[in-house]
This record gives sequence, structure tokens and C-alpha cells, in this order.
Amino acid sequence: MSIKDIMDSMDYGPAPESAGDAKAWLAARDHRLGHFVAGTFVGAENASIAVENPATGETLAHIPAAGAAEIDAAVAAAKAAFPRWAKLSGFERAQYLYAIARGLQKRERFFAVLESLDNGKPISETRTADIPLAVRHFYHHAGWAAALHSEFPDHEPLGVCGQVIPWNFPLLMLAWKIAPALAAGNTVVLKPADLTPLTAAAFAELLAEIGLPKGVVNIVHGGAETGALIVRHPDVAKVAFTGSTAVGREIRRATAGSGKRLTLELGGKSPFVVCADADLDAAVEGVVEGVWFNQGEVCCAGSRLLLQEGIATDFLTRLRARMQKIRLGDPLDKSTDMGAIVSARQKARIHDLLAGAQAQGYALEQSACPLPAKGHFVAPGFFADTEPAATVSQVEIFGPIAVTTTFRTVDEAVSLANNTAYGLAASVWSENINVATELAARIKAGVVWINATNIFDAAAPFGGVKESGFGREGAHEGMSAYLRPATPKRRVAARIVPVDLTAHTGTEPIAPAIIDRTMKNHIGGKQARPDGGASYVLRNRKGEALALAPISGRKDIRNAVEAALKAGGWAANAHGRAQVLFYLAENLAARAGDLTAALVQMGATPGEAARELRKTQERIFYYAGMADKDDGRTHAAKPRHLTLSVPEPLGVVGVAAPDEAPLLALMSLILPLIAVGNTVVAVPSPAHALIMQPLYQLFDTSDLPGGVVNLVAGDRDALAGVLAEHDAVDALWYHGSAEGAARVETLSAGNLKQVWTNGGLALDWADDRQASGRNWLDRATQVKTIWLPYGA
Amino acid sequence: MKAAVMSDSFPRNPGTPLAPDWFEDVQVNRSAAERRAATVAASRSVKKDHQAAWLLRAIQCIDLTTLAGDDTPGKVHRLCAKARQPLRPDLLAAMGVADIGLTTGAVCVYPTMVPHAVRALEGSGIPVASVATGFPAGLTPLPLRLAEIAYAVEQGAAEIDIVITREHVLLGNWAALYDEIAQMRAACGAAHMKAILATGELGTLTNVYRASMVAMQAGADFIKTSTGKEPENATLPVSLVMLRALRDYGARTGYRIGFKPAGGLRTAKDAMNWLALVKEELGNDWLRPDLFRIGASSLLLDIERQLEHHVTGRYSAASHHALS
Repeated sequence: MSIKDIMDSMDYGPAPESAGDAKAWLAARDHRLGHFVAGTFVGAENASIAVENPATGETLAHIPAAGAAEIDAAVAAAKAAFPRWAKLSGFERAQYLYAIARGLQKRERFFAVLESLDNGKPISETRTADIPLAVRHFYHHAGWAAALHSEFPDHEPLGVCGQVIPWNFPLLMLAWKIAPALAAGNTVVLKPADLTPLTAAAFAELLAEIGLPKGVVNIVHGGAETGALIVRHPDVAKVAFTGSTAVGREIRRATAGSGKRLTLELGGKSPFVVCADADLDAAVEGVVEGVWFNQGEVCCAGSRLLLQEGIATDFLTRLRARMQKIRLGDPLDKSTDMGAIVSARQKARIHDLLAGAQAQGYALEQSACPLPAKGHFVAPGFFADTEPAATVSQVEIFGPIAVTTTFRTVDEAVSLANNTAYGLAASVWSENINVATELAARIKAGVVWINATNIFDAAAPFGGVKESGFGREGAHEGMSAYLRPATPKRRVAARIVPVDLTAHTGTEPIAPAIIDRTMKNHIGGKQARPDGGASYVLRNRKGEALALAPISGRKDIRNAVEAALKAGGWAANAHGRAQVLFYLAENLAARAGDLTAALVQMGATPGEAARELRKTQERIFYYAGMADKDDGRTHAAKPRHLTLSVPEPLGVVGVAAPDEAPLLALMSLILPLIAVGNTVVAVPSPAHALIMQPLYQLFDTSDLPGGVVNLVAGDRDALAGVLAEHDAVDALWYHGSAEGAARVETLSAGNLKQVWTNGGLALDWADDRQASGRNWLDRATQVKTIWLPYGA
Repeated sequence: MKAAVMSDSFPRNPGTPLAPDWFEDVQVNRSAAERRAATVAASRSVKKDHQAAWLLRAIQCIDLTTLAGDDTPGKVHRLCAKARQPLRPDLLAAMGVADIGLTTGAVCVYPTMVPHAVRALEGSGIPVASVATGFPAGLTPLPLRLAEIAYAVEQGAAEIDIVITREHVLLGNWAALYDEIAQMRAACGAAHMKAILATGELGTLTNVYRASMVAMQAGADFIKTSTGKEPENATLPVSLVMLRALRDYGARTGYRIGFKPAGGLRTAKDAMNWLALVKEELGNDWLRPDLFRIGASSLLLDIERQLEHHVTGRYSAASHHALS
């Protein structure tokens, strides 16, 4: 075409980025890439898995699949490297992380091209997002390593971290996993997705080049089976996974009872709320950045468009026009907006979902852009009108297709936005600060972007709530996931007091005074008899009957959870919570007689009882004081962005109390939870249920709103199991036997609630360092990161 | 293709009655506009022959400008000569475009310089644009500003670049703004009117949108960012907002309005970015001088050097290209 012709057509023309360096790199390795274990590359000779360029179908390389022997070797290498690596000063580790950041930055173009070849995503995105964000992550965490002594005093690394990452942002997800792990002093066994292993392999070479000590990072290749081997390996202390919710559930079950720390960053179906007073053109661009970015293969894609009814037609008209401007094609062309879907299988999955929706009568609109003859391409599109009940409105498409529903009011927008099992991200669009911030506050998600979408930075936490997983990546919160408070090295198994939970039938004569002392459950601020209508006999250490306590069942837990859900308004006012807790402490002193008597009856000496009471009062004061002090951070993430992380309560939390310190242990579990606004369903120690009655009398006289703390007595493990399986319970703190802890972890996989257990080990409840503090408040909350870009 | 007077191939905007409901509810989010503008610049790459063609097109869209206190007839003659022959003939020939009659879109001068420019451009088909209405501040009395338009038209200016009263925008006095621009449009007669919004002095992008809409409702043929004398002149985000305003006006009325960024476009890369932005937001129809102009003085030299580099493969010296 002549220049004169081009002056008429004014086309962009081709602007290919050269793949020469990346292809030469692959050729130099004979297109076979091995594992990186203990500082050496191994296993390339067994490379059997073909790695495809999804835009052309060409085979780029082969990788091996690590089996048990390879994973054993990698974990052993990481374990061997751990003591020395953990012992380095933060400054020394920081220098390695800094060297990694510099090394990546020096070959940004190479990594960008390799990523684009491997994943199918456009070079414009790898150069402006994937690689720079990965570099930024290593710089940021070099900083955390250097500042560890001042920012995380009395913390220690966990050990070997097993990390399994997805194919949608291969190098970036690697950075999110490896950088905090190394900064904290852990060592790593990481498995990249078998669809996209190339940048991880190149990264391994960079590690060798900068002289990272052998075994600190091990990178192994393979598919799901390899991932499972890592996750299940007994010497892995922490598992970090980013991927699908289904696999997240499997990992939850596989790690149950193992004592492994777990963070899961899973799927999403994030709402994208456009209000009538939004900048509609800006919001249309938000869809481009939210749903059509990275071919829609983004866990936090704002793929559920919720449009205020009055502007829905206008918005969709603009969106239609904008969609036609998306340039789909060769990922290595610098003017390409959308590249290829990662694999034929993923493309087929997308097509199946779309076809299913179309068969149900939903109209799909897609760009008329031509699709390349080769490769796995899907044109950008949206459904203009899909009810929430449609399958395609509920499941993650993981492709460049949005669904659309209208709403009438902000309240309705919130209801629709939260009408999902997921809670990863949300994008809200309104030029009215009141509306925008109300939506940000009320939508349940780990990240909320106001008048923006898909903004990321290493200094701002990222992660989800509900079935989008738990744990955060980036910032202080992300570092916390790779550290633990330094704990006593020798811990003993929690003492389990055997209790006869058979129903009292009246065959045993019991003094009328004792029958009068019948504990009831405390649900919704009222005393409630157990649904089963049966009680067991509470005894002192000598076996003498003291009182009767309820044998509660599933329905009692159900009722208690309903009451706890209704008491959600408790979260609203921190000062109000503090006042109630202070009043509780005051009344504890006033009711010292009843409480002490109960403790003594259960076997404490008067002196022990007085000390336990005194410590409980001190702990109430502490959490009353902290109720309005767990107040989040602002992040130095990006210029002209107000970036906040706000700790929010988890919601309804189940508590199973141990057979230790009857009053202090139970209250040490309840207090941090309610101090930050959770509502609680607590199962007291079956041996110590005598504490219930004076305790709920204390609650009732202290203005604690009904339903904030519900007490349900009975078989601890049975009731904890019901709580673990309950999908409306958001978290569970379990203190009992090791078997009980493992069981609730397994059962929690249903809604992926956060479970925190004692692992069957005893705590010294009188020791403030073990049994109270910031760590407990952190466990009682999850942060919501709110991004508010500003500018007049 | 020959650059010429603004095309009448489509009907000229007659304006509409003032309709505040077209713009009063519109809010422009600055951060989002900046992100979009940055994305266009980063995600569109035009190389080799395509780049050359785009730069030639950019030349055709330049309003080659001198607006200095020391302008003289001699300076204006030089400018006009450059407008007639913006690129060395050997470069034109090498690119196969010797026969397209490449000129700039117009020359743009102060009113008293119009007669000199008209004489210098006689027979070239290149229109003379004149600033008017108390340029650049626009704070002389309205009758004098209207008289200035009449003078420039009488002297042969085919296009009048008027400035708006920023006060009316800053105080939200839309009716006053509308009335004033409508009178200016009437004074222009057959000459096309470009309304300079002086966006660097309007405070917010929302004001830029609103002022754009009022100017079009009052009959502007073009909306133009800046005088070149404000603290901030044409930027991509401001341009994005104006392009969206004229798109919205077109959707409501069917009339096509032109766009002229001015001041701040100094490099060939700037020109490419603006062309890409216009192409993305409005499409190819707006990539021609009847609907797109760039107000610039130093931009042309950078384009000349880029094009020489395209032809020869060697980096070019400023002294190898004729001064204006």
C-alpha cells in the first residue's frame, strides 16, 4: 500500500514487536525447560508437556511434570535452605529482592514478549501491566525485608511455602507469591501453570544469575497432580494458591488438620455498578479495562454490569460503539487490545457458557471484529439483559463477556451486588461522593474501585472475601500472611475433659436445688431451651452433679446463626461497641460473686477464680479500648489516589471454646470478635457450661444487644461441625482436640470460611502475648481495600 | 487530496437554542479521562509508511500560526510561504506524494496581519484564519470584539478563532456565554467560527464539557482548546472531553463539529497521539482538515525532521528544513 493510499485509509498498520530474543532464548534451550531445584535445572530431558502459543497453535517448548520424587527433592531443598535464609538479616534479604527487581527491569522487554507468546495476551498489556507490576512487587518487598525488624517485631517466618499459581498473569502472580515469602524469610516451592510456564523458567535463570542461595526458591513444573503433591507435602508449612474456587476447596480439604497456613485467592463475579450520576463514558472505559482487559481472564473482572435503569439504554449504546473499536488479533502487535484465550479448552468452556445462555434466550452481542484464522480468539461482548437467576450471571465466565442487570435504587444495587457467593472485587461508578462511598462501604468485596477498575499496586492489599478466598497479597497484610508471631517453641496438647453427654432421664436422683439450676442456651438475647428438649448433667471434678445443661443440636445452631445475622448492626459503631464492653467490665465486677462461685464449683480454688475473673476484666478493658482503634491504613500506592484499607468484621463467627480457663478462654475468644463488630455463636466447653448462666446474665445487664453473642451448649465437636458447614457462618475459631480441628477445617470447604484453630494445642490464656493482642484483631477482621482516584 | 477551506460537503452547524439540560447533568471524571487518554497514547503504534502517511495528514491539518507581538508583514510572508510548501519537494517525491499539493490547513494570524496573509496566499487555496475578539483574554467590550470579527472578515479571513469569556463559564452563566458566542457567530457571516475555550483557565473538565456544548449550541463550527497563552494548553484529557462533547452534540443534532487542539503540540509524537485519540473517539471522518486542525507553530519542523528520517534513514538537522 502506498503512502498516498494510507493517507486515505488512515489505518494503524502493523506494528509488530519482535519475538526474536524470546524465540532465540527458547531455541538455545532446545525448547525444553526443566525444573529449578536447589539452584540447578533438572528434568528437561523428561519434558513431555507441550507449551503452546495460543495465538498461533505453535508449540513453543516442552516442560516436564514433577512427580513425588521431584517434589520431595524440591521441598527438601527449600527446607535445607530455610534456616540460613531465615537467619539472614532483613537487609541482606532485601538486597537479593532488590537484585531480582533490577534484573527483571533490565530485561522487561524480553519478559513482556515471552509472556505474550506464552499466554496470548497483548504485548501492550504485558509491557504496561504484567511486567512493571511484577518489578514493582519485588521493589516493594525488598523494602519490607529491610524494614522487617521495625514493622514486624517478634515475628518469624513460617518455613517452606508451597505456591501454586494460575495462567492468567503468570509472572505477576509469581511475583505476588515469591516476593513476600522471601522478604519474610521463608523458602519457596512454586509451580507455575502448565499452560504458561515460560516466564517462570526465565525467572529461575535470573535467580541463578543474581546468586540467590540455592534452594531458597525452587520452581517445579507440572499440572494439577504436581500441585496436589506440593499442597499435601508434610514439610510444607504454608500453602498459597491463586486459581479456581473448586481447586481452592480441594486444597482446603487436603490441608485440613495439617497445621499448614493457607491463603486462597480464588474466583469472582465482581459487580460493576453504574449509577445514573456516573460519568458514563468513563464507566464504558471501565468495562473495557474491567471485562475486556486480558481477554476477560481476570479473577477480579467487573463482569456483572449493574446499571441504573434510567441510564441503562444510553450506557449500552455507548458500550456497543466502544466495543467495535477493540482491536483483536496478533498479541505481539503493539496496537492490539485483545489477544488470544489461553487454550482451546478455555475457549470451549467460554463458548459452552455462552451457548447455554443463548439457549435460555439471552441475547449475546459481540464485536463484529474479524477473528484470526488460527489461535483461540473470542470476540469481546456482553449480554444486554440477564436476570440474576441466569447461570451466566452467576458463574465466572473467565472470558471477555459481561452480563447486565438493571437496578432502581442504591439499596437494590447493593442487594444485587452482594447476591453472589463470591466477594473478590467491585467497581462503582458515581460522581456523587455520598453514593459512591455508600456503595463502597456496603458491597461485600475485598477490593472496591470507585470510578475505576483493575488498579493494582504492591502497596495496596488485594484479596477476596466469601468464596473468593482469604488472605491478602501486597502491603502489610500481604506480609502478615507469611509471618507469625514468635510463639513458645514447646506447646502441649490441649486437655480434653471427658463429659458424659447422655441425656438426663431422671434415673439418677438429683437434688431439687440442682434441677433448678438448669442452664439454657442464650440465643438472640433470650434464654432458649434446646430444640431436642434434653439436658446433660454438669458435674464437678468429684463427679457430683452441679446443674443441667442443654444438649443442643443442628436446629439450635441454626437459630443462633439467624439471631447473629440479625444483629449485624453491631458492626456500625465502634464507639458504641467500646461503651458496651466497658460497661460489661464494670458489671463483671458487680457480678463477681456469681461468676466466682461458678468457677469454684467447677474446681478452681478461690484464689484461682479471683485471678481468672480479674484477668477477664482486664481483657475486656483491653478489647473495649481497641474497639475503636483497629482502624486501617491509607496506602502510598499511586499518586492522586486515596487508597484505604478498612478492616471489616468477618460477619457471623462460630466459636468453640476449650476445656481450659472456663471464663477467661471463652471470653478471650469472644471479645476480639465482638470488639471489631462480628456477631458470635459460641459453644462453651461442655465441661464448663456452668459458666453460661452467670455469663448471659452479665450480657443482659450490660446492654449487649441480643444476638451479638449467642451461647449454645452441647457436644463441642458436633456443634462446631454444624457451624463449619453452615454457609451463612463466615468464620470459625475452634479450640479443642487436634481431630476436632482437622474436622472443622475439612468441613469448612463448603463456603471456604476462614477457620482458625488451636491445632489441638493448649494456650496459656492468662498470657497476654499468647491469648490477646493485635494478631487476634487481625484474625477477627479482613481488610477491604478501597481505591478512590481523585482530581477536580 | 488538497487541504482547502473548511468543507461544505456537510451542512454547517446552525446552532440550537440554549439547552442547558444537554450538559448540566454531565460530570466528567478527571482521573478516568486521564487514564483513557494515557491508554490511547500507549496502545496505538503507527510505524514506517503508515507513520509517514499519518504525519503528512497531520501537516494538512496544521493551522500554521504566528501570534506574537512582534509579527510583521515579512514574518507573515515567510509563514505563508511555508504553508504553501511545508515539506521539501525531494521528500515529497521520495514518498510518492509530490502530486497531492501538500499544504497546511490554514495560516493563523492576528487581525491586522490578515491582509498580508491573504496577499501571500493568493491562489493557493489556503484559507487565512484570524484570531479575534480581544484575543487572548477576550475582555474587551463586546461591541469592540464583534467589530474586530467584522474587520478580520472584511480583510479576507475565511476562519475566525474567537475566544470565549471565561468568567461566564467560571460563574456558570451559560445564557450570557451562549448569547455572546451567538452574536460572534452572526458577525462571522460566511467565515467559519472556531470557539477557543481556553480550557487551561476553566478549572474542571466538567466545565470544559459544558463550555463546549454551549459553544456548539451557539453555532460554533469548531471548538478549540486554547489560545496558546494559557498556563496549560491542549492536553489529551481535555481533548478527549471536547471530542466526546462534539460527538454528543452530533448525536443530538446530526451536525458535525470540528476540533482544534492548540498550543502544546510540538512533536511528531504529539501529532500521532492526537490523531489516534481522534480516530479512536470519533473515527476517520475527523482525521481531515475540514473537521480537525492543529494550532501550532513549531510542530511542523519536528514532523519535517521525522519524515526526512523516514525517507533517508538518517536523523535530520533542523537547518535542513526551511524556516517559516
